[in-house]
Amino acid sequence: MNKQEKFELANWTVDFAKSNGADEVSVSIYNYKGSDISIRKQKIDKIQESIERGLDINFYVDNKYSSHSTNRLNKDSLERFITEAIASTKYLSKDEFRVLPDPSMYFSGNGIDLKLYDSTYDTIDPKTKLDIAMQVEEETLGMDDRIIAVTSNYGDGLVSRVRVISNGFEAYEESTSFRVSASASIKDANSRPRGSDSVNSHFMSKIDAKGIGIVAVNRALQRIGQQKIASGKYVMLLENRMARSLLSSFLNGTNGSRLQQKRSFMEGMLNKKVASEKLSIIDNPLIISGSDSRLFDGEGLVAKTMPVIEKGVLKNYFIDTYYGKKLAMAPTTGRSSNLEFVYGNRDLDAMTNSIKKGIIITGFNGGNSNSATGDFSYGIDGLLVENGKIVNPVSEMVISGNHKTFWNKLVEVGNDPITNRAWRTASMLFESVDFSGL
Amino acid sequence: MNKDFSRRDFLKTGSVGLAGVVLAPSFLNLLTSCTNGTASLSDYMSHFEVNEEMMQKVIETALSRGGDYCDLFFEHTISNYISLQDNAVNRAGSNIDFGVGVRVLKGDQTGYAYSEDVNLEAMQKVAKTAANIANTSKVVDVSKFQAVDVPNYYKVNTPWEQISIDSKIPFLKKLNDKIFSMDEKVIKVSVDFSESTSFIMIVNSEGKLVQDYRPMVSLGASCIMEKGDRKESFSVSKSLRKGFEFLTDELVDEIANEAIERTNVLFDAVIPIAGEMPVVLGAGSSGILLHEAIGHAFEADFNRKKESIFSDKMGKEVAKPFVNIIDDGTVAFSRGSINVDDEGNPSQKTYMVKDGVLNSYLHDRLSAQYYQVDPTGNGRRQSFRYSPVPRMRNTYMEAGPHTKEEIITSVNNGVYVDSFTNGQVKIGAGDFTFYVKAGYLIENGKLTTPVKDINLIGNGPAALADITMVSNEFEMDYGTWTCGKAGQGVPAGMGMPSVKVAKLTVGGKNA
Repeated sequence: MNKQEKFELANWTVDFAKSNGADEVSVSIYNYKGSDISIRKQKIDKIQESIERGLDINFYVDNKYSSHSTNRLNKDSLERFITEAIASTKYLSKDEFRVLPDPSMYFSGNGIDLKLYDSTYDTIDPKTKLDIAMQVEEETLGMDDRIIAVTSNYGDGLVSRVRVISNGFEAYEESTSFRVSASASIKDANSRPRGSDSVNSHFMSKIDAKGIGIVAVNRALQRIGQQKIASGKYVMLLENRMARSLLSSFLNGTNGSRLQQKRSFMEGMLNKKVASEKLSIIDNPLIISGSDSRLFDGEGLVAKTMPVIEKGVLKNYFIDTYYGKKLAMAPTTGRSSNLEFVYGNRDLDAMTNSIKKGIIITGFNGGNSNSATGDFSYGIDGLLVENGKIVNPVSEMVISGNHKTFWNKLVEVGNDPITNRAWRTASMLFESVDFSGL
Repeated sequence: MNKDFSRRDFLKTGSVGLAGVVLAPSFLNLLTSCTNGTASLSDYMSHFEVNEEMMQKVIETALSRGGDYCDLFFEHTISNYISLQDNAVNRAGSNIDFGVGVRVLKGDQTGYAYSEDVNLEAMQKVAKTAANIANTSKVVDVSKFQAVDVPNYYKVNTPWEQISIDSKIPFLKKLNDKIFSMDEKVIKVSVDFSESTSFIMIVNSEGKLVQDYRPMVSLGASCIMEKGDRKESFSVSKSLRKGFEFLTDELVDEIANEAIERTNVLFDAVIPIAGEMPVVLGAGSSGILLHEAIGHAFEADFNRKKESIFSDKMGKEVAKPFVNIIDDGTVAFSRGSINVDDEGNPSQKTYMVKDGVLNSYLHDRLSAQYYQVDPTGNGRRQSFRYSPVPRMRNTYMEAGPHTKEEIITSVNNGVYVDSFTNGQVKIGAGDFTFYVKAGYLIENGKLTTPVKDINLIGNGPAALADITMVSNEFEMDYGTWTCGKAGQGVPAGMGMPSVKVAKLTVGGKNA
């Protein structure tokens, strides 16, 4: 289905729904296609091709609300699907807060090209994809006798979507994605540790997978001899690629739904200190070719840069229209996009050199957080540092704390952000973190 | 309304069950036969508007480049959900998923593609894509299809397709009202209900033709209480492969009681002192230990590739002789049960550890072929969009020789845990974790102060060897567990007697 056909079907859907009992309607129709190739021992392990389409629709019927989706897009099927869905909506309770966004907040075009779409997508030869994945694994051949296997993967995708909202929003968006990854497994005396690395971009021409297999193997080799060490309070250096895991449960507290449902430790903390002054976070959906860049959010609200935390002070929650009305607060946006930070002056190695005794976190293993209280507890892998030198890999340990106080322990943010991910986290140095081990 | 729906229209439109449409009699006949296990394969072929000749052609195309084997996985899933928040049933929805996946195997290589259109042209197109895993001109004879009968472990009394939304809503309201009525500290309650029905048909190049009708339902509530300036929350969710008969006042009472009781305890709970200590796992949902510490590492794809820490331990003693660990797809109505796996193999009860010895991995077709054993019925997939891989079903340990009291009194300083939210494992290293929502300290053989929000971590082979006591009381858990692997989520079940693990690392505070 091309762009025009999607718009025609979306507008027909809105008209049909409104003429069959819906007061307002929000429709999204998408196409997706993608391919994946996995290589193992210089042989294709798996190839997969994906082609999908779908329709998501939200109904507002007499202040009642429901949301539905289907992949059956012929009009006969849709007519009955919509009729049934509207009929079901009428059984629900009225909810005065369920209204569409104020149209003045919608994106209405700004001429910006965020450069998320690679027009060469359909011209890329399958052999090119295969060769990329093959080369990633080939680079690791003969690297180390302890390698059990290296699996490399090439994946791409193209998604195109129209959104039509009955109170005055229409937009089209399309984006491509390319990703190459490697995962290495090696044999140790009593363990088979793994390491991985990946690159990704919206553009094939920006994919440089050279060396990622080698990085994956080296990360696995770094785990040889890993062991648990004594419980205690340690300096913690969070590697940039791992920072999102911990940060996401912290930022869960800024979610409008959790706030309204009394399930957030951030309730009442707007414009108050929630972290050390080293932490400043900006939500920036307008980064050119950013991983999660967008001109509008899932409700159609125009995307704009928003400070989340400034020098440790909480400046904004993530609030959509519905929970904004329930909380009597202006909506911002329901979910984060790209996150940028105020970065420091040193990278991971430089910060490592300054640690007398501490642990670099190189991986997480399970765990969870209580968003109502802020308590968290996560399994970790890491590297023990003594007098500025890495002395041993550690594993089978847990870090614990409470988000309400934990982020005040942040003493430094690195200058090494990961720029090909939506959350451009840098390495982060914390003091006095509770580690559980022996 | 809509009495003139044709069966095919009805099947493919379907927010069926939401509004309670009047069903087409022909569809009702099919539905009845599906739910009581007497549906014929021609019913299923009619359902997907395919016939044997079409499927034969698609398989021939899929194998036209020399593939060894091909299967077609047809799926039609109708899902509905209803939510209550702030004392109002104010959100509902539905999803329809319909399509076919085509898999071609060549040795241990896989080609996979899928179509959301189930007609000959569309299926031939994806079959050609999947065929590309092979590159010879070998001609493969496709066997004549032979229907395979399998037992039904989840016969449904009243299928969800016959139940309108107004019959379900009262149960959400009752659950909400019950929780609020039980304790004045309750400030928020949310209730979530969902049900789905999947029609599955699998056909392969060896001539196997099998169908499955898979119901699923879950009901859960989340309760938030406030006491002074402190808030605590607890969520309870129950799930089974059942029809409308799942929803009862007794179930509502059970969920409400558990939510209130568990949330109240949390106000007295502490974060324990960190370190390695004995851990007693209470009966029921402690099966998460088996799932994370052992189950995933026994999935044969990890072992076939030599990546699992258990890959060289087949036939070896891995636990005390009284330890028997099972993965079982045949537990009546359990969330993890399947009549057939997603490769068309009958479900079964598989001893992973028997009398303390590693007895069997969990196999899909590829690994069974590699190890030259029969498939164990563990080839599962999230939907037609995915190729199957070895997955657990219901994983549990059989009862042992000790009493629960003996186990607790044997611990001087440790923790007792019996409520969990999630877990994870690193297959190669064997390190597993699971997050404890609630439990108790054990001091001098007695349960004392409640604990909460702690992660436990251990190493699979070590933890298995460290299971030193197993109680004689067994409990199957019917929480809403979903297992994730390789980007796919599948429903899973678990069960456990009370068990003592001599040492695990408990997350917590340091002095």
